[in-house]
Amino acid sequence: MNEPAGAVQACELRKTYGSKAGEVRALDGLSFSVATGSVFALLGPNGAGKTTTVRILTTLSRPDGGRATVAGIDVLKRPGRVRSAIGVVSQHSGAVGLLTGYENLTLQGRMYGMPRRELRSRAAELLDQFGLADAAGRQARTYSGGMRRRLDVATALVHRPAVLFLDEPTTGLDPEGRAELWEMLTGLSSGAGTTILVTTHYLDEADKFAARVAIVDRGRIVAEGTSDELKAQLRGDSVVLELAGTTEAGRAEKALAQVPQVRQTSSDGAVVRARVADGPRALPAVLAGLETAGVPVLSVTVARPSLDDVYLHHAGRSFRQAEGSAVA
Amino acid sequence: MSLTRQSWALLTGRYLRQLYRQPAVIGITLTQPVIWLLLFGALFKKVAEIPGFGGGNYITYLTPGVVIMTALFSSSWSGMSYIEDMDTGVMDRFLAAPVSRGALITASLAYQAITTLVQSAIIIAIGWGTGAGFPGGAGGIAALIGVSVLIALAMAGLSNALALVSPSRETLIGASTTLVLPLTFLSGAFLSLKIVPGWIAGIARFNPVNWAASAGRIAVGGSPAWGTVASYAGFLAIALVATALLSTRAFRASQS
Repeated sequence: MNEPAGAVQACELRKTYGSKAGEVRALDGLSFSVATGSVFALLGPNGAGKTTTVRILTTLSRPDGGRATVAGIDVLKRPGRVRSAIGVVSQHSGAVGLLTGYENLTLQGRMYGMPRRELRSRAAELLDQFGLADAAGRQARTYSGGMRRRLDVATALVHRPAVLFLDEPTTGLDPEGRAELWEMLTGLSSGAGTTILVTTHYLDEADKFAARVAIVDRGRIVAEGTSDELKAQLRGDSVVLELAGTTEAGRAEKALAQVPQVRQTSSDGAVVRARVADGPRALPAVLAGLETAGVPVLSVTVARPSLDDVYLHHAGRSFRQAEGSAVA
Repeated sequence: MSLTRQSWALLTGRYLRQLYRQPAVIGITLTQPVIWLLLFGALFKKVAEIPGFGGGNYITYLTPGVVIMTALFSSSWSGMSYIEDMDTGVMDRFLAAPVSRGALITASLAYQAITTLVQSAIIIAIGWGTGAGFPGGAGGIAALIGVSVLIALAMAGLSNALALVSPSRETLIGASTTLVLPLTFLSGAFLSLKIVPGWIAGIARFNPVNWAASAGRIAVGGSPAWGTVASYAGFLAIALVATALLSTRAFRASQS
């Protein structure tokens, strides 16, 4: 099981949707590789190409160009074998609402040809592990959002896949549910050695839980590494300024652009961020610049770089802005 | 290969289990044909007396028509399960598993065949209870059920293909209702083609619903012309293969 090449390898993936008139380039030469047994996050705003990537790697879609292997198997040449090696949790639930939790698990296991007896104990084990033992006999449509998501993950794991793909698994969950799910995922990779590829548009999740993060923007990987590595590359700090109102943000950015110490700016509502080499030292000049422009500041913080700054640095716009301009 | 065989049976079982969990759906699908039988039976009672109709009991004439009509109506919704599965992510879950695409199509048709078989048998029983005669006997009844399954599968293939090409409930509902009623009324399901306008009788000759209704009626009638029944059944089988191929192609096209 120890492929030196990594459990997942994507090489120059390309994919364009739509007709000539309204072409959308979803993937534009996207490449990355995931080490066996690790948790890898594809981080990017909606529309960046994360879902398309997962669909290609899970054999649900074919790329226009490029190659990919999963668990050492060529995705394009042997999709059938790839399917046996992977588990998939898609954005939509995937659970059959009219079947019970237990039935959803056994249906899945039997699709993989698992013998009934083994399947029975495996289903019980998973229901237990994911805190669904009491709800096992209830139809999945009666489950809460969090329970349903746990059932989805359990279902994807029935046949003990080598690689687990999850597309935006925490979307729609409350913070508690999100943390719970991530705990399970990290436990899986350290316990069973399952390789996990997860997509998310939550910066904090990728930061906290993924061993490695690849930032996706407009169909390409713009940065990849551990989140500490990514942040360290950015030498320098952020000055985060809270303004009185959203309308001030534009003027503030214009004023900050005149300050020599400021390398880059971005805004999100009434919050403006300025990238500087040395936060504490640049602070007086930053504030003076805003004072001159007549922009009142409510609060100011100097922060070490965040993944948001990493994204801004590589993509040239803030994460939130990219989400706003995304074409689903 | 054995995995494929298992998969379609497995997925058919899933459909049946879902149906079993929706008693309201079962109730409605069984009530509808009863309404047709009683309503049309009363409405067109005197029709059988029109010269040229052939005389006899109208319920006897009507029952095979209602069997075919109900098979057609139910199967025209077949694509709805695909749309539902696509919307809820269930389809992707199956497609990412080592289940053949053929199994997904076969399962839908197998489910349709089973439900049509049961539904047709129940309607025949109700028809018999309300006074329909079946001089053709058990063999004739089996043939009527057989052609009802054939027309249901042909319609289900079309419905599935449409659902895969245009996965919207509104489109499917619109298309089914637009197609199903004219197909039924441009056939001999309710009235003998001998007493309808010539152009309707002309169109009916090329209408698969009429093939099924005629074959079914001949089969349950006295001294059935089995050759005619067989040729109608053959045409229906061709229609079935055509729509099954259509839905297979639509399936491939939906995977891009």
